[in-house]
Amino acid sequence: MNPSLPRALRVRRFVRDTVDTFTLSLDPEAGAEFRFAPGQFNMLYAFGTGEVPISISGDPSRSGDLVHTIRAVGPVTRALGRLRRGSSLGVRGPFGTAWPLESARARDVVVVAGGIGLAPLRPALYELFRRRSEFGRMALVYGARTPIDLLYQKELERWRARGDTELLVTVDRGDPDWRGETGVVTKYLPRLGIDPVNAVGFLCGPEAMMRFAVRELEQRGMSRANVFVSLERNMKCAIAQCGHCQLGPTLICRDGAVYSYERVAPLLAVREL
Amino acid sequence: MEPESLERSLRAHPFVSELTDEHVHFLVGCAKNSRVEAGKYLFHEDDAANALYLLRSGRVALESNLPGRGAVQVETAGAGDVLGWAALFAPHRWHLDGRALEPLLVFELDGVCVRKKTENDPAFGHAFTRRLLFEVHRRLVRARLQQLDVYKAELR
Repeated sequence: MNPSLPRALRVRRFVRDTVDTFTLSLDPEAGAEFRFAPGQFNMLYAFGTGEVPISISGDPSRSGDLVHTIRAVGPVTRALGRLRRGSSLGVRGPFGTAWPLESARARDVVVVAGGIGLAPLRPALYELFRRRSEFGRMALVYGARTPIDLLYQKELERWRARGDTELLVTVDRGDPDWRGETGVVTKYLPRLGIDPVNAVGFLCGPEAMMRFAVRELEQRGMSRANVFVSLERNMKCAIAQCGHCQLGPTLICRDGAVYSYERVAPLLAVREL
Repeated sequence: MEPESLERSLRAHPFVSELTDEHVHFLVGCAKNSRVEAGKYLFHEDDAANALYLLRSGRVALESNLPGRGAVQVETAGAGDVLGWAALFAPHRWHLDGRALEPLLVFELDGVCVRKKTENDPAFGHAFTRRLLFEVHRRLVRARLQQLDVYKAELR
């Protein structure tokens, strides 16, 4: 299949998650399956407007349902937000690297998500929960701006109810009705019941949040070689041809979006990149 | 609670866990146990800050009341946290409201007592202030991240 050529898929379901975020479930082509690894992304094409890279946020074991959670922040994502059941859009992919779940086997796992960053981590969480017995202690720390910005709230409750994972949900700004935690995600990292020396971290969210979070994890004794982050840059071709997503010597579409933090930390410190 | 068992339980609190036994023994003279019901205020903004609170259990919402927006939660604090360094520095007034979200069990350290001990015993003062500085450092790093407002949508 030509990776430059979008396939026209139809929207099966549109769900409004928050005031600016929505989830599109797409029908793969008739009779076809759509297989992907947690952490990979697709290029979604709003016909007549443009194309954007969006992480796949559905369950990798359900190949008949292709799910993307999207935040409307520009013309293309706003156009995608106007699609409804039966509308069609173009899809290319999947592209990019995956969360290295195998590296977490028999080790503790800490997942840190910020804002829309929970969406690219959700396929990994589905997989971690499905194979729960293969991993040690698990913790998920999820932060959002305010209570109304929290994604997947019913799912968070289901994960909490499992009782086998430490789950901390926090917001940067609470309101009088909010009964959960208020504070940045980094506050909760020093107290997690994990062994930092024998743990693997999967982080996705705003880059500043990830940098602050890695420092907290390092302070606890976690090696940055065991921390993986998902990065975002402008992307066009997604097939390592155009160079738009270049980050120093790497192309995010080909070498990322999931990277070892050890590899990208020196690049993130360079303002010119 | 007898002073000896108060000292033993105080020693287990993360805030004092790095102080020497001698310094914890010295500090316990300023400490007492307190309970606060859920929904009650531990302190109010601009009230005199007379105590430092080491949280043992329960959660506190630190709030600021903004006209037209009501009480905005700045942070929540829970077991292991310390609140109230306003008690150590002039003008000794609280900067925020502290509302118990759950029943609270706290060690309440008398602010005047702690100030006197830190002034009268330089070695204790150094150890206590250094521990407090570490908390302030962590709080400042968190405040900076919060100030960056990293989840705000940036239109492209």
